[in-house]
Amino acid sequence: MRKTLNNKAWFMVLPVLLIVALNAIVPLMTVVNYSVQDTFGNNLFFFEGTRWFREVLASERFHDSLLRQFFFTFTILVIEVPLGVAIALTMPRRGFWASVCLVLMALPLLIPWNVVGAMWNIYALPDIGLLGYGLNWLGIPFDYTQQPVSAWFTVILMDVWHWTSLVVLLAYAGLRSIDDNYYRAAQIDGASRWAVFRYIQLPKMKHVLTIAILLRFMDSFMIYTEPFVLTGGGPGNATTVLSIDLVKAALGEFNLGVAAAMSIIYFLMTLLVCWLFYTLITQGEKE
Amino acid sequence: MKHRRWLVPTLYIIFLMLPVYWLLNMSFKTTNEILGGFSWFPADFTVDSYVKILTDPTWYMGYVNSIIYVVLNTVISVAFALPAAYAFSRYRFLGDKHLFFWLLTNRMAPPAVFALPFLQLYSALGLFDTHLAVALAHCLFNIPLAVWILEGFISGVPREIDETAYLDGYSFPRFFTKIFMPLIGSGIGVTAFFCFMFSWVELLLAKTLTSVEAKPIAAVMTRTASTSGYELGLLAAAGVLTIVPGAIVIYFVRNYIAKGFAMGRV
Repeated sequence: MRKTLNNKAWFMVLPVLLIVALNAIVPLMTVVNYSVQDTFGNNLFFFEGTRWFREVLASERFHDSLLRQFFFTFTILVIEVPLGVAIALTMPRRGFWASVCLVLMALPLLIPWNVVGAMWNIYALPDIGLLGYGLNWLGIPFDYTQQPVSAWFTVILMDVWHWTSLVVLLAYAGLRSIDDNYYRAAQIDGASRWAVFRYIQLPKMKHVLTIAILLRFMDSFMIYTEPFVLTGGGPGNATTVLSIDLVKAALGEFNLGVAAAMSIIYFLMTLLVCWLFYTLITQGEKE
Repeated sequence: MKHRRWLVPTLYIIFLMLPVYWLLNMSFKTTNEILGGFSWFPADFTVDSYVKILTDPTWYMGYVNSIIYVVLNTVISVAFALPAAYAFSRYRFLGDKHLFFWLLTNRMAPPAVFALPFLQLYSALGLFDTHLAVALAHCLFNIPLAVWILEGFISGVPREIDETAYLDGYSFPRFFTKIFMPLIGSGIGVTAFFCFMFSWVELLLAKTLTSVEAKPIAAVMTRTASTSGYELGLLAAAGVLTIVPGAIVIYFVRNYIAKGFAMGRV
C-alpha cells in the first residue's frame, strides 16, 4: 500500500511512545545500572565494568539453564506447530461445530498462568491426580516430584495443553481466508490431498504460521509462572529454565549484579531471534 | 479416512478438558476427601468452597481487583493504540520502521527481568498497590500487541475511504470516530480480546506491584496456600472461578475470533 510522507504522524504515535517508554526505558536502565555495579548495601554502589557479564557467561549454571531453555523451546515448537496445523485442518470449517471447537479450544488460553500451574500440579500427582494415577495404573512409573524425566514430560505436556490452541486459532484464520474457488479448481484438476495442502493451504498459512512461531518462541523463552508453580524448577535443578534461574538469583540470593547481567544477555538473545523473524515477516509482506 | 476427520479435534478437546474436569471434580470435594485418595466423582458433594469464596471479602475482592485492572488496561491499550496504528498504517514518517520494531521488542521483554525495577519505579511514582499501576505496567506488552493487530486491520481498509471522507468535509476526529472505527469494529474486538487475555493471565507483575488494596485473585490464591496449609478444595474452587470470566469473554467474541482473525494480522 502506498503511504504518504507525513512527519506530523508522530503526534499520533506520541502517547503510545510515552507510556511504553515509561515502562520500558526506566526499568531497562535500572537493570543496566545494576549490571555494571556492585553494592555493599546502604545504597552505596561502585562501578564494576563487565565483571558480572564475564562471570555469568563463564558460569556452568547459566550454560545449563540456557541449554534447558533451548531444549524446552525447541521441543514445544516441534510438537505444537505441526499438531496445531493438523487440528486446524481437520476441524469443521464453519457453522455451529466450528464455533463450539473455537470456544472450547480457546479456553486454556484464558486461564491465569498460576492456575494452569496449580491445575497441572494436582492433575499430575501420582496418588490423587488423574494423569499421574493413570500413568502409574498403566504400569509406567511416574512421579514428577522425584524423577527428572517425569517432570520434563509434565512441563512439556502442560505447555502443549496450554498453547497449542493459539497455533490452531491462527492456522484456522489462515485457512478461512482461502476462497472456496481454489478448492473447486483443485478438485477439477484432480489434485491430491497432499497437493492441496502443499500448494494451496500451506502458502496461505505461511504468514500466520510465522506469527504463531514468533509468539510461541517469545512466550516459551520467557516462561516462568507455570513451571515454577508446577515443579519449582525441580527435582533438583532439572526443570530450572532461564526465567526461574533469574528470579532465584535476583530475589532468592540477592545477586543483583549477576541477575541483571543475566537479564541483559537474556533480553539480547530474544531480541536477536525476534529481529530475524521480524525481517522474515516484513520481507514476506513486500513480495 | 474422510469420515474419521472429526476424530482429531475431538481427541484434542478431550485432552484439553480432562484437567479442567479434574479441577471441577476437586472443587466439589472436601479437602479430606481429596487427600484421601483417587476417585472419579466427589462422593461427598459439597459447595462449601464456593460459598466461602463468594462470601469472604478477601477472596471475592481478589476477583474484583483483577477485573478492574484488566478492564482499565484494555481500555487504555486500545485507546492509545488506535491512533498510533492508524499512523503506522497510513503514513511514512521519520524512524517509523525502527519505532515499530522497538515497540514489538517490548512484547518480548521477559516480566521476570523487569519485576524488581517495576516495583521501584511505581513506588517512586506513588502508584504502588493501585489498580492503575498494574494496568499501566501491563501496557508494556499489551500496547505493542494492540498496535500490531490494529495496524493489520487498518491496512485492510482502502485509503479511498479516508480520502472520500475528507472531500465530504469530515474533520479528522469526526471521520475517525463516526466512519473509521465502525469499519474496523471486529479488529477492535479482537484487539480488546487479546489485551484482556494477556492482562488477565499475567501474574508476576500484578503480584509484584500490589500488596493489599489491589491484590489480584491469583495472589490471594498463592497466599492462602501458604498460610493455612493446603486447602485443596478451596484452591480448586478459586481456580474454577478464574476460568469463568475468560469463558464469558470467549463466548462473546466467538464470532469475531473466526471472522476477525482471518481479516487481521493475527
